[in-house]
Amino acid sequence: MKAKDKRLSDLKATIAEVTPKDASALQKQGAVLIDVREPDEVAQGSPAGAHRIVRGFLELRVEDAAPDPTKTVLVMCAGGVRSLFAAEGLKLLGYKDVRSVAGGFNRWKQDGLPVEVPRTLSDRDRERYSRHILMPEVGEKGQLKLLDSRVLLIGAGGLGSPAALYLGAAGVGKLGIVDMDVVDRSNLQRQILHTDERTGTSKVASARTTLSALNPSIEIVGIEARLDSSNVDSILPGWDVVVDGSDNFATRYLVNDACVKHQIPNVHGSIYRFEGQVSVFWPAYPARRGPCYRCLYPEPPPPELAPSCAEAGVLGVLPGVVGTLEAVETIKILLGIGDPLVGRLLHYDALRERFTELTLAPDPACRYCAPGAKFPGYVDYERFCSSTPA
Amino acid sequence: MNHATIRIPTPLRVFTKGQDEVKVRAATVGEALANLGEQCPGILERVLDKEGKLRPFVNVYVGSADVRSMKGLATAVDAGAVLSIVPAVAGGRR
Repeated sequence: MKAKDKRLSDLKATIAEVTPKDASALQKQGAVLIDVREPDEVAQGSPAGAHRIVRGFLELRVEDAAPDPTKTVLVMCAGGVRSLFAAEGLKLLGYKDVRSVAGGFNRWKQDGLPVEVPRTLSDRDRERYSRHILMPEVGEKGQLKLLDSRVLLIGAGGLGSPAALYLGAAGVGKLGIVDMDVVDRSNLQRQILHTDERTGTSKVASARTTLSALNPSIEIVGIEARLDSSNVDSILPGWDVVVDGSDNFATRYLVNDACVKHQIPNVHGSIYRFEGQVSVFWPAYPARRGPCYRCLYPEPPPPELAPSCAEAGVLGVLPGVVGTLEAVETIKILLGIGDPLVGRLLHYDALRERFTELTLAPDPACRYCAPGAKFPGYVDYERFCSSTPA
Repeated sequence: MNHATIRIPTPLRVFTKGQDEVKVRAATVGEALANLGEQCPGILERVLDKEGKLRPFVNVYVGSADVRSMKGLATAVDAGAVLSIVPAVAGGRR
């Protein structure tokens, strides 16, 4: 008798087996079914609702699929042999009721049990995003979610540059970029999407060149326009997250109002010399009621009290820190993981190298985001931001 | 009267000789701001309107809490408290 056959007969004596029909019935009652075959086998079809964990990673990842070791776990391969070894591994981990599906997926299919062809990443994408896929918080499922996501960046400047680069690298499938400026040499100290040879050319076109070189598989939607009340309702709907990297109050209030109206999370970043602010304005966040930008600042400062970076200067790395934090928040929102900066303002002081978290409360009387408030409409944002309050 | 620290945002440091913190003595936020105004002439017009209320584009926090969600300028200031003045900042793209 070959060593392999001896091992198998020992396993058959100790591991409980179950027919595909019984496995399907147990699965309906809440048992966890794990398909341990290789990705190329799974790509042809797999039991509906099964977890798919390749044999080599089974022990490392099984607890994400089956956190309770007292629950019934059904292990399946193609013919019912590899699943015996896999089941033994799970028993050694401490799972109490592990059963191997006799005849495996081949018999499952012959018996006419429900099969689905799971969407999987291409080999190329599996390689590109491998460091994401290794983390249970993302995994192949999360990576597919990112590839299906749509993020709109307001501005391809200091904040938009790092945000776009990291979101593009992360595989956010569709990136929209709204900007109507051309690259100026004075931008290059911080706007790392652009290059010296592209000065004088469109920022949207420059961003597209950089991002396509970094990740050719993502779609870039360039919108060379200045966002205003007349075009915002045709530009914003359909995006999952908006990343605000604008440089003026008129655009910030417009982006806020439109995001409230369309219930899109608004990832906010702003910078001044050595100081930055990051928050997520998302009154519709299901887990917690947070404010919108108007709850925080009902009115903008008069222009003479609000010098722009063009007038006041900014540390070139600062938008790198703040825009990167905006990218982190965006990815968390897209994946539905962690705790977003809803109702919290993160303040960054680069000179002290200090982060301070401030608590933001929604304004219960906010005209834009209070529960039940009817959207009051857009205003003349240029005028709203150029009048000097008494 | 308690000793407290007010963190000054960059745009207002023209009134504080560039300092990013000013020490004050006060029992309330209103007193703390008044004391700041005495030490740094001109700064209060940026923070308070003509009626002495907080301007709509400036928030003041005691620790991490917004004074608007507490008792406004009447909010108590404990010994050693850190107040932060945080104005709206537009900057980003350009």
